[in-house]
Amino acid sequence: MSDTLLSVHGLTRHFDVSKPWLNRVIERDDRQFLTASDDVSFDIRKGETFALVGESGSGKSTIAKMIVGLLEPSAGEIRFDGKVMDFASGAAMRALRRRFQMIFQDPFASLNPRWRVGDIIAEPIRTFGLMRGAEIGREVGRLLDVVGLSAADAAKFPHEFSGGQRQRIAIARALSSRPEFIVCDEPTSALDVSVQAQILNLMRDLQDEFGLTYLLISHDLSVVRHMSNRIGVLYLGRLVEVADAKRLFTDPQHPYTRMLLDAVPDLALSGRRRTPVTGEVPNPINPPPGCAFHPRCPHVMPECRQIQPQSIPTATGTAACHLLGQGAPRAQQG
Amino acid sequence: MPTPLLSVRDLVVEFPTRRGTLRALDHVSFDIAEGEVLGMVGESGAGKSLTGAAIIGLLEAPGRIAGGEVWLKGERIDNLSPEKMRRVRGRRIGMVFQDPLTSLNPLYTVAEQLIETIRTHLDLSEKDARKRAVGLLDRVGIPAAARRIDDYPHHFSGGMRQRVVIALALAAEPELVIADEPTTALDVSVQAQIIDVLKEACIERGASVMLITHDMGVIAETADRVAVLYAGRMAEIGPVRDVIQAAEHPYTSGLMGAIPTLTQTADRLTQIPGSMPRLNAIPQGCAFNPRCKHVFDRCRRDRPELIARGGGRHVACWLFDGAMEKADV
Repeated sequence: MSDTLLSVHGLTRHFDVSKPWLNRVIERDDRQFLTASDDVSFDIRKGETFALVGESGSGKSTIAKMIVGLLEPSAGEIRFDGKVMDFASGAAMRALRRRFQMIFQDPFASLNPRWRVGDIIAEPIRTFGLMRGAEIGREVGRLLDVVGLSAADAAKFPHEFSGGQRQRIAIARALSSRPEFIVCDEPTSALDVSVQAQILNLMRDLQDEFGLTYLLISHDLSVVRHMSNRIGVLYLGRLVEVADAKRLFTDPQHPYTRMLLDAVPDLALSGRRRTPVTGEVPNPINPPPGCAFHPRCPHVMPECRQIQPQSIPTATGTAACHLLGQGAPRAQQG
Repeated sequence: MPTPLLSVRDLVVEFPTRRGTLRALDHVSFDIAEGEVLGMVGESGAGKSLTGAAIIGLLEAPGRIAGGEVWLKGERIDNLSPEKMRRVRGRRIGMVFQDPLTSLNPLYTVAEQLIETIRTHLDLSEKDARKRAVGLLDRVGIPAAARRIDDYPHHFSGGMRQRVVIALALAAEPELVIADEPTTALDVSVQAQIIDVLKEACIERGASVMLITHDMGVIAETADRVAVLYAGRMAEIGPVRDVIQAAEHPYTSGLMGAIPTLTQTADRLTQIPGSMPRLNAIPQGCAFNPRCKHVFDRCRRDRPELIARGGGRHVACWLFDGAMEKADV
């Protein structure tokens, strides 16, 4: 596909969570690894919002950090606009970095409290040498205006703003290097609902205005439903399902997706019958063998306990579940 | 009408500071009937948690109750001595806090904590208390309760810990359980389980619940009635279905429109401009007036009281003052 902006293939990241060397020797323990992201592949098209959802420990943020180049993958490749991201080459990464930006969850932690708002927003412009002199000041004023603050706010410090306003500043900073792609890691989960609505609406307006592509990371399915075109569902570092947003909510293929949808409290009071959800997310250091979801799955079959399911094409995406493979010839080792 | 289990009348909570006194709760009144689940919603700083803390007598200094009354089954409890209040707390009112990791003592086993609580309030032998503790854990859905009771809190996962906290809150058969954001620290799939456990365990024992949360979805599924707080004042109170589907207060209806849902197809969310005022800058008249799209002169001048709307609904908004409509329009 020519309109693919970002393509992730086989993205894997291990973290070494072993005890210190001496303890390992004395207690005869092996090294331990946590697989935060396990062979994750997806494509994001230009101008769309792709969302990654999952519960804590599903690897959402790890994937986001690898995509913006803050964390090096253990295996797999990331292609941005056709070019493979080369973590070894500083110059190549720098050229790419101008084109993508990130918005973080906590606007109280992501803005330097000792810097004035104007300097915070101007930093990417200065770093990439996009403008000089008085031009920078004008651009900062314009960006503040775009996100719904006033140009005079540039002289203030972050503590003078509320949570929602700070998130607007973070968005202005992300826009300042004129990126094409923005990774939003839980952009509204630290905010109250009425402020969340303001920020979500702003993000949509900006997308229309600047033709931005978003990767939205969230645990809130309603936010994801509202914002995205396509959705990837993560469970314990594995991508269990990818589908168009509408399709995912009306016709979930993977049992985990169905369980997540059932767990969302129903505001419409439709009296919809909910399947009771059981169990909790297992420890990612020792995920269950086979399909990681099998201990909680209502449709578990013998092969789920042994063989890790492969992604199978569905109507609008893929899903990794043995149920869907029934009838199709079984490819892998039996 | 029978005496409500809990009756809060004109509760005022103030924080004296160097720059003047901040009024964090301003004449809040509501009742909870026996066996009822009352949801209390509002955004950060609206005074939800403070209401719970004031009822149970756990306001942190310099916060103090500056006015109003709290009645539990016809008995006034806001002016009890600390000694007497301690006997109400845990025995008659149970409490579930947000973070199960901080509300359990990491140095004692679950058994020790449960047995201590049970024996503080009920006259039981060590052996009977333990039996009762196992029964409680079993009730809140902890598998192999008899074995796991001797584990320490860190042996349990987040969801399991919150179940232990619920068991603790129910240990002395309280008449009222105040649950302050009981599911906020948990994942969605676990949240649904905990809400079910809390609701069923309380219904079974006939305990009323005051459920404090910022999540309207949780309220919709759990509560019988809901109270909406804004800047320390009650904006609206009524049956859940009415308030959620046909909110009358402009703040509530704005809030409902601002929540994205799984079924909606609207392109944009309703947006309430601005944010909740700080306690030192609450505007004159209705606290919501600077953000309200229906604002008129009277809203800037006089503070609206709760106006009865029939069917148990009350709204603090001048739009619904019948007398006014005739006079001013």
